[in-house]
Amino acid sequence: MSTTRRNALHYGNEARNKEGLKGRLIVVEGIDGSGKSTQMHLVEQWLRSRNMAVFLTEWNSSDMVKQITSKGKKKGKLTPTTFSLLHATDFADRYERKILPLLRAGYIVLADRYVYTAFARDIVRGCSRNWVYKVYSYALKPDIIFYFKVPIDVAIERILVGRPKLKYYEAGMDLNLSNDPYESYRIFQQRIIDEYDVMAQDEGFAVIDGTSAIEEQQAQVRGLVKGIIPKNQRKILETEPINIGVPA
Amino acid sequence: MIGRTRVRKGTSKTITAKRPRTQPPIKGADDDDYDLPITMKETRRSRSPLFYGDGIRYLQGDTHLSGKLIVIEGPDASGRTSQISVIQPRLEADGHAVVTTGLRRSELIGEGILEAKRNFVLGRRTLSLFYAADFADQLENKIIPALRAGYIVLADRYIFTLMARDAVRKISKTWSHALYGFALKPDLVFYLDVDPNELIHRVFQKNFSLDYYESGADVGLSEDMFESFTMYQNMLAKEFHRMQKRYGLIPIDGNRTIEEINTDLLKRISDFLYTKAE
Repeated sequence: MSTTRRNALHYGNEARNKEGLKGRLIVVEGIDGSGKSTQMHLVEQWLRSRNMAVFLTEWNSSDMVKQITSKGKKKGKLTPTTFSLLHATDFADRYERKILPLLRAGYIVLADRYVYTAFARDIVRGCSRNWVYKVYSYALKPDIIFYFKVPIDVAIERILVGRPKLKYYEAGMDLNLSNDPYESYRIFQQRIIDEYDVMAQDEGFAVIDGTSAIEEQQAQVRGLVKGIIPKNQRKILETEPINIGVPA
Repeated sequence: MIGRTRVRKGTSKTITAKRPRTQPPIKGADDDDYDLPITMKETRRSRSPLFYGDGIRYLQGDTHLSGKLIVIEGPDASGRTSQISVIQPRLEADGHAVVTTGLRRSELIGEGILEAKRNFVLGRRTLSLFYAADFADQLENKIIPALRAGYIVLADRYIFTLMARDAVRKISKTWSHALYGFALKPDLVFYLDVDPNELIHRVFQKNFSLDYYESGADVGLSEDMFESFTMYQNMLAKEFHRMQKRYGLIPIDGNRTIEEINTDLLKRISDFLYTKAE
């Protein structure tokens, strides 16, 4: 078991050598409400302010895939396998058209959730671990994976403030964990945390305490990001920031 | 014996991997990307009588399938659909309940794939996964429930077409095989083998023009549509021949008349149904 878990994306590194990728891939992972997107936004602003070529990509965000699946999602009931494959399609589209070409062009690509999100969710939904790993096996292993760890109560409180309703799949209602969406959500998220904890070790996540002060977390994150920036560009990070607009 | 590809010149080296015949047809040796290499150990591990790989785990004990899954594979214009339209009423006349299925027919995204293809914006792996999602939806919502209820499911193409298309687009066979690890193993898979030169006549009879994807125009084989079609269909045929042994495809000489092919297929199907039942 542990051998299949370890290095799920091991061969992604060969892609780096073969294709001579000049860019860097930085990933944040964590459950909803862990603060990862906030931290990623701050990293983006930091790198932009030093005039670096940065691209941010979010999970499940391919417009084209969304357009195609939105109709079907309403009509049909998604099984764990189709759910998994639709997300895999979304990822492939972003990977083929954006992530990989931009890495080749030398960009710093920031991914708000990456294959580890699929691993955690799909495995919790009942897909075979081996299978999910294989489906994403072509993906490049990131240069660094930040995992924002928060206790479930903290995350749930952050997420549910001012939210009238949880969506069906978001709450994991398809898993029949509980008839109460909030209870279902809690059990679902806890199982995802358990999966993340396993991967944190096997995949070498940089674990950040998501309950500490935002500035403190960001300082830690920046320290680690510096370490993976190509040497010839590190000097730029020491320079004064330039004025940048707020990204749309 | 199926028409070995004659059109060799002009094809690039990536598709002409020659192997001694005794070797297992697919081992990932000519895979062009960086997936985990498949080992014999790995292949052996999935001994499931039902599925190609780990299958659908969350179905658990609920996998008693009393129906039969019969697949007809073959290129565009090979006559699959006409065959099915004859076989279905015949089986029904014999007292079997029959359901038909095919690619791109899922409620979920069948239409979506068509739309996307019209716009030519999909990457090869994206398209491959789209088809896989479409297939998974039909497998779980249509094929498996029908088999549970004791139907004969006639599938107008199955994962083999999808895997062959992927392979021609240089997606690793190891990967495609693993991707379809959730697919049910059919009871029978026929492959209508038509010589690509004959095929092109039938395509013109059917549509009067060559389809963009069926000509493999997205693969970039040749500027010339006619040449591209022949090359592409030859490459597909080659992939099918490679798959024959591994997946137990039954080659059917598709160069004969519809009636001849039909007699052949019906005989094989009833041999299977009635010797099996006893």
